[in-house]
Amino acid sequence: MTPNPTAFLLLIVAFVASAANAAKGQDLVADLSSHHVAITTGFTGADVLLFGAVEGTGDIVVVITGPLENVVVRSKQRIAGIWVNADTVEFESVPNFYVVASSRPLEEITSPDIRETQQIGASNIAATVAAGDRDRPAAELAQFREALIRNKQKSGLYSTEPERIGIVSDRLFRTQIHFPSNMATGNYTAVVYLFREGEAVQAVSTPIRVEKVGVGAEIYNFAHQQSALYGIAAIVIAVFAGWLGGVIFRKV
Amino acid sequence: MHFYLPIAEMSVNIFLILAMGGGVGFLSGLFGVGGGFLMTPLLIFIGVPAPVAVGTEANQIVASSVSGVIAHWRRGNVDFKMGGVLLAGGFIGSSAGVVLFKFLQGLGQIDLTIKLCYLIFLGIIGGLMFAESARTIIRSRSVSATRGKLHQHNWLHGLPFKMRFRRSKLYISALLPLMVGAGVGVLSALMGVGGGFIMVPAMIYLLGMPTSVVIGTSLFQIIFVTANVTFLQAVTTQTVDVPLALLLLIGAVIGAQFGSKYSVRLKGEQLRILLSVMVLAVCGKIGYDLIVTPADLYSIAPLLAH
Repeated sequence: MTPNPTAFLLLIVAFVASAANAAKGQDLVADLSSHHVAITTGFTGADVLLFGAVEGTGDIVVVITGPLENVVVRSKQRIAGIWVNADTVEFESVPNFYVVASSRPLEEITSPDIRETQQIGASNIAATVAAGDRDRPAAELAQFREALIRNKQKSGLYSTEPERIGIVSDRLFRTQIHFPSNMATGNYTAVVYLFREGEAVQAVSTPIRVEKVGVGAEIYNFAHQQSALYGIAAIVIAVFAGWLGGVIFRKV
Repeated sequence: MHFYLPIAEMSVNIFLILAMGGGVGFLSGLFGVGGGFLMTPLLIFIGVPAPVAVGTEANQIVASSVSGVIAHWRRGNVDFKMGGVLLAGGFIGSSAGVVLFKFLQGLGQIDLTIKLCYLIFLGIIGGLMFAESARTIIRSRSVSATRGKLHQHNWLHGLPFKMRFRRSKLYISALLPLMVGAGVGVLSALMGVGGGFIMVPAMIYLLGMPTSVVIGTSLFQIIFVTANVTFLQAVTTQTVDVPLALLLLIGAVIGAQFGSKYSVRLKGEQLRILLSVMVLAVCGKIGYDLIVTPADLYSIAPLLAH
């Protein structure tokens, strides 16, 4: 991302924002530099710029959430000298990806209660314990929940600290969102909140679609949709490559 | 230069993968082993999910075994009849192994099973090979050893369904190679290896096959067993990453050339003792990881669809 188009975008936003706000009485507008992240064969991660404008004072908080999945958390125990997965708790509707950005530290913007109800901050994600595990002691479940968040943070899919949002002359804001290469495909959502005196007074939401494209996507779809044919193709390719290798071998 | 692996769903450095293929290929050329037992743990070590490492490595072994068998075939060192019986067992074993793999994956015990299999089999094979080659080296320095019988006769040779294997100069029960093939087939599916390092000693010591036909015959049947594993993993778990297998293969083909050139400079027992040290080192590392307290006692995995 070169700085020039960004500055240009911000300028446009400033104009559009003031015009739109005057018309609708809205204080907050935001958009992304791209609504589409393409995972190509050379994919090593992507950066998407989120930018917007705000009318009047206030704090900006951005939450990016990935597609929901079911996750099993396992804990190890030492059995006969070796570490073995001994206990599990299943969580439903866990966001695959979760990143927060804010203009000030979250504690200064709003209260813990509001952060919890609005699911702001990795520790407040809505991970529901699966039906079979619900009657277990709360302390135990809390440990599994913490482990879930910790492991997601370790793999770079959840943010540990909120990213900084820069605000230019109390009006324009921007933040860079990094998507790591191990991200899942699917529909992501960016929600931008405007906080005033600890209350979320406005929120706008915008979608991001992440998908595989090109040869990689075709291989993936082939492997998942026609897996028997894919298996046969894999064997044929291997036999041919091996035969070719054998022929080259003999010549050398 | 990075490449996004479509099935493993991760970005890897192409040169790292080529170097890994080359390194393992060099060792397999040097020692005459497939190298699956080194490659699969290496892939897991760089972050490839264990199921993808196992499925993809099976695919790569198909290719490297085809390369290897061509030379042996030309010299007439393949016992097709014996290979066929081993193969029948191998199909049964590897099919059962893939089912077992999927079952253990659901239980969350697949990683542990893979590691334990490696620990046990590498430990046994490495230990035996080390003892045998050390003894040979010590003996060759004192007096020349006296040669015993070709193989011992025991209860195994009393089993029914006797079959004559001309090229192996054997008249034994077909159940014996069938069982060996099935056993190695299960391990092939679980560990992502061809199983040559178990098959070869089993053929020599258990079946009593002459050493000259052992490698060729084992390679011959490994092609089909790993092809079966590749197919079944592709269908049941979708974990065969063809681009990854091809990248590994390119490195392996080049590496193996250099390896086989170096191998003529070393004596058989020297090669075997080096190989056994390497096998024991891999075994020791896996064992250490199982015993030492992990940094995080908790781990997460996406829940498989029911």
